[in-house]
Amino acid sequence: MYSDKVMDHFSNPRNVGAMENPDGVGQVGNAKCGDIMKIYLKIEDEVIVDVKFQTFGCAAAIASSSMATELIKGKTVDEALQVTNKAVAEALEGLPPAKVHCSLLAEEAIHAAIMDYRMKGDGSVENIKSCSGCCNACGMNEVETEHDEVG
Amino acid sequence: MKKIYFDNAATTRVKDKVVESMLPYFTEIYGNPSSVHGIGRDAKRALDTQRAAIAEMLGAKPREIFFTASGSEADNWAIKGVAGANAKKGKHIITSSIEHHAVLHTCKFLEGRGYEVTYLPVDSYGKVSVKDLEDAIRKDTILITIMHANNEIGTIQPIAEIGEIAKSKKIPFHTDAVQTVGTIPVNVNDLNVDMLSLSGHKIHAPKGIGVLYARSGRVGDNLLHGGAQESNKRAGTENIPYIVGLSTAMQMALENMELNTTRTKAMRDDIISFVMKNIDYVRLNGHPVDRLPGNVNISFEFVEGESLLLMLDMKGICASSGSACTSGSLDPSHVLLATGLTHEIAHGSVRFSLSDENTNEEVKYLKEVLPGILKTLRNISPLYNERKVR
Repeated sequence: MYSDKVMDHFSNPRNVGAMENPDGVGQVGNAKCGDIMKIYLKIEDEVIVDVKFQTFGCAAAIASSSMATELIKGKTVDEALQVTNKAVAEALEGLPPAKVHCSLLAEEAIHAAIMDYRMKGDGSVENIKSCSGCCNACGMNEVETEHDEVG
Repeated sequence: MKKIYFDNAATTRVKDKVVESMLPYFTEIYGNPSSVHGIGRDAKRALDTQRAAIAEMLGAKPREIFFTASGSEADNWAIKGVAGANAKKGKHIITSSIEHHAVLHTCKFLEGRGYEVTYLPVDSYGKVSVKDLEDAIRKDTILITIMHANNEIGTIQPIAEIGEIAKSKKIPFHTDAVQTVGTIPVNVNDLNVDMLSLSGHKIHAPKGIGVLYARSGRVGDNLLHGGAQESNKRAGTENIPYIVGLSTAMQMALENMELNTTRTKAMRDDIISFVMKNIDYVRLNGHPVDRLPGNVNISFEFVEGESLLLMLDMKGICASSGSACTSGSLDPSHVLLATGLTHEIAHGSVRFSLSDENTNEEVKYLKEVLPGILKTLRNISPLYNERKVR
């Protein structure tokens, strides 16, 4: 069901944890939907020098967060904004169709953290996507699949 | 790695003795029971013998036993059959909100065909109130269908009491006993049921065989039309090897029920009390006493069920979850939500379902690895870190 890369990042997630005095924090998703991602950024001269995450969710959500932190670490803020959900999913060697929204959540978490950073700074928020706060945003409701019975 | 199978409510391993009992009916006594010749007559004899044996084990008569291809088929047939045959009398059906989808989705289907369905609520333990049920009965009620025990949380319903009421009101009463036959005593007369569904693969027989019991052979409309099999009520050549396998599995389950129940219950209670004592922010789902001997269902707050299942799987432990991520839909289990659980807590539910094939060593191993897995996942979870200390 999951690629080896997803299982690797799920069982050995990179950059897990909270951060003291972050320059930007973003949290997206909600517990009702079963996915919450929180990303912390340490930024020096517009470069992301450190990043941490905490995620409540399935293996795909945890792996997507882990991969997203790896993809933006060391990048400039503007470069980080270019990291799409597609890039996250590709770096994970693909996600099952029902789990693509997890990679979108990762992209949104990056944007939310950078939004927080910018709002504290010069207030420039161009190119930053805002998240609606719930996984409905990714359109998953429309492709809701039949309940696969267990038992 | 050795696999530990704690998912017996999903399906079970077919017992070696069951397989052995089936084998001659594939290669030697392979006839069609409807045939006139010797090989056909031998198959017919096996069919009659096993039907009588299964009937006896349920306290029923042979002509009240109808073989189906699954528990789901039996549920569909019971409900659609009665609904169709009684459409002129009334179109009201009573069921519960925690039924298996084989019942719930059949009821939903009938709602689209002009039937009205009352879905009784359950309490926080997953029990239907007999009073609620009595109050829901109307003049046009043509069927009551309530499951014997729930597949997810293991709660056992007061079926005999409900049956008493149904009998006094002369309303046909069906129960889905897929989780109970072979696990706890099931006698159609003690339970006061008119119809009962059971399935082979939950009790160490193969997948693809089920039974619908119907009092006096009254099943309402046919679900499958065709040949004259099963007293003209269910077409399709009888699956003799699987029927033999089901009968063997039921016999084995019945012979060992007392011992199996004692052993399984002890393992169940061991897991539950260990988790309650050693892991914080947990909730036992289902009834503490009136519960299946092999059912453990626990919500672990701040973690998501699929993650937990995959971590357990990496340690060789097979279990299942009521989380949305494992269900393929956005909502967690309808059963857990019906007991009043929030979405958040339902997402973190895990079911361990035991059978007589599990051992104390396996339980010991689960107890060794579970706290570490919870610790790992909760360390990743922002919710655990931000929890309000209670």
